[in-house]
Amino acid sequence: MYAIFRRELGSYFTSPVGYVVAAAFMIFNGVFFYVQCLYNGTSSMSTVFQSMFFILLFLIPLITMRLFAEDKHNRTDQALLTSPVSIGAIVCAKFLSALVLLVICLSAYIIDGIILSFVGSPDWGVIIGNILAMALMGSSFIAIGIFISSLTESVIIAAVLSFAVNVLISMVDTIASTIPWDWMKGIVSSLSFQSKYNSFSLGIISFADIIFFLSAAALFLFLTDRMIDRRRWA
Amino acid sequence: MIEVRNVSKRYGRHQALDNISFKVKKGDILGFLGPNGAGKSTTMNIITGYISCDSGEVLIDGKNILDEPKEAKSRIGYLPEIPPLYNEMTVRKYLEFMFRLKRIKLPMDEHISKICTDLSIDDVGERIINHLSKGYRQRIGLAQALLGDPPVLILDEPSVGLDPAQIIEMRNLIRKLGENHTVILSSHVLTEIQAVCDNIVMINNGKIAAAGSIDHLMGTGRDTTIVRIIIEGREQGIMSALKGIDGIIRVTSLGETERGCYEFRIESKKDIRRAVSRAVARTDYAIMLMQPAGQSLEDIYLEIISGNNN
Repeated sequence: MYAIFRRELGSYFTSPVGYVVAAAFMIFNGVFFYVQCLYNGTSSMSTVFQSMFFILLFLIPLITMRLFAEDKHNRTDQALLTSPVSIGAIVCAKFLSALVLLVICLSAYIIDGIILSFVGSPDWGVIIGNILAMALMGSSFIAIGIFISSLTESVIIAAVLSFAVNVLISMVDTIASTIPWDWMKGIVSSLSFQSKYNSFSLGIISFADIIFFLSAAALFLFLTDRMIDRRRWA
Repeated sequence: MIEVRNVSKRYGRHQALDNISFKVKKGDILGFLGPNGAGKSTTMNIITGYISCDSGEVLIDGKNILDEPKEAKSRIGYLPEIPPLYNEMTVRKYLEFMFRLKRIKLPMDEHISKICTDLSIDDVGERIINHLSKGYRQRIGLAQALLGDPPVLILDEPSVGLDPAQIIEMRNLIRKLGENHTVILSSHVLTEIQAVCDNIVMINNGKIAAAGSIDHLMGTGRDTTIVRIIIEGREQGIMSALKGIDGIIRVTSLGETERGCYEFRIESKKDIRRAVSRAVARTDYAIMLMQPAGQSLEDIYLEIISGNNN
């Protein structure tokens, strides 16, 4: 498992993908941080975190698109699936490599906090809490992206489908507001990633929300495992 | 060492494998032959655990590939039809990755260097795989299969993309590997199979069309002898003369080879060359060429596969 993790993480930086994702994340973070904190003269980073939610929706598919689709396309999945490593371990290794890349991007918030500390008093609890929240939410999106990547051998299709699903997820609150039945509205609203993430960005850390993100990640990693195993039987 | 028992596999409506069974003994080199789409790669993918079968089982050294995948897979080195290479990696980094992936307990640097030297790829160790020729890529694919010195090697078309000198090297290498490995070798190059393998399994339309040692398939086990003959004369007249010879099973005209000369393939129960000479001598026709045929693996292959299709 460690061998796959190491290779996948390394491959982000032997191709432009890792650099493009990290650069895009840091550029958007820098712009939002300058406009919403430095220009407006506030040490609260909540609006920066909320804005970055939408950026992540578009960046995470770039991280996950090739994880299984490219292996299938290049037939390198034969090396993985004929090695003495379980499918679950392969899925977890790829997931962790993507998560580490995301955490590297999220480290930009530490730099934001350090800059803020020169001109004000940043709330480090909120900053660390948000890094944790973004990592948790990001792990759900990564798991969804990995699952979609396991459905196709086209990297482009995997990326576009992941974008579409992520946008749909971000619209859950809007969709819920149009539902006339309260019980169904409640169920759909409870699936909202954004409302849970917004609570985190305000410094409200809920154990239930943490479990929600972790469960979503675990569910899609399990589905990926099953999908790859099912393909062997097809 | 390798036992395939009643394996069947269906892709939608297409029956890719239909109840095939065979065994490969420890230290044997088995040649796997068959036309495109016959089910060779499917069989190899099932043996290595890449895909599953609908029914039947595969045992590697007594370990079921589905029930004990880790134990079974750790005994196999597999070179698929398209080598599973990560193009963006250097050769050395790729082999190190495969070494770790297979959880090999040998000293890594020393082991990889030895394999690279044996396969003459040590000069490209620091080059990106994507920049290498097909021949090099094929040898890198074989190198990853040899990592860990697994007792079973499954090689799907290992000579594809190699130049003639490399093909000879590859044959020698496979022969050498066969001394202390069990090898299944799939190839379209029949001379390669003939030169390297102890036994053959011919597969066609998902079924085993023939199996046995090369000697058995090419002679001792066969009831017929085959003669190829070119005779100058009228085609129908020659056919009549040949069919009258005692012991002949079948005469097939292969068409006109040069002006007024026709080629025939004669199957008989015994050597009938003398009888043919006498029969032709009694006519106005002339024998331009007569030679025993059916001695090459190619003829046997075509005969079995075409007979199977009919």
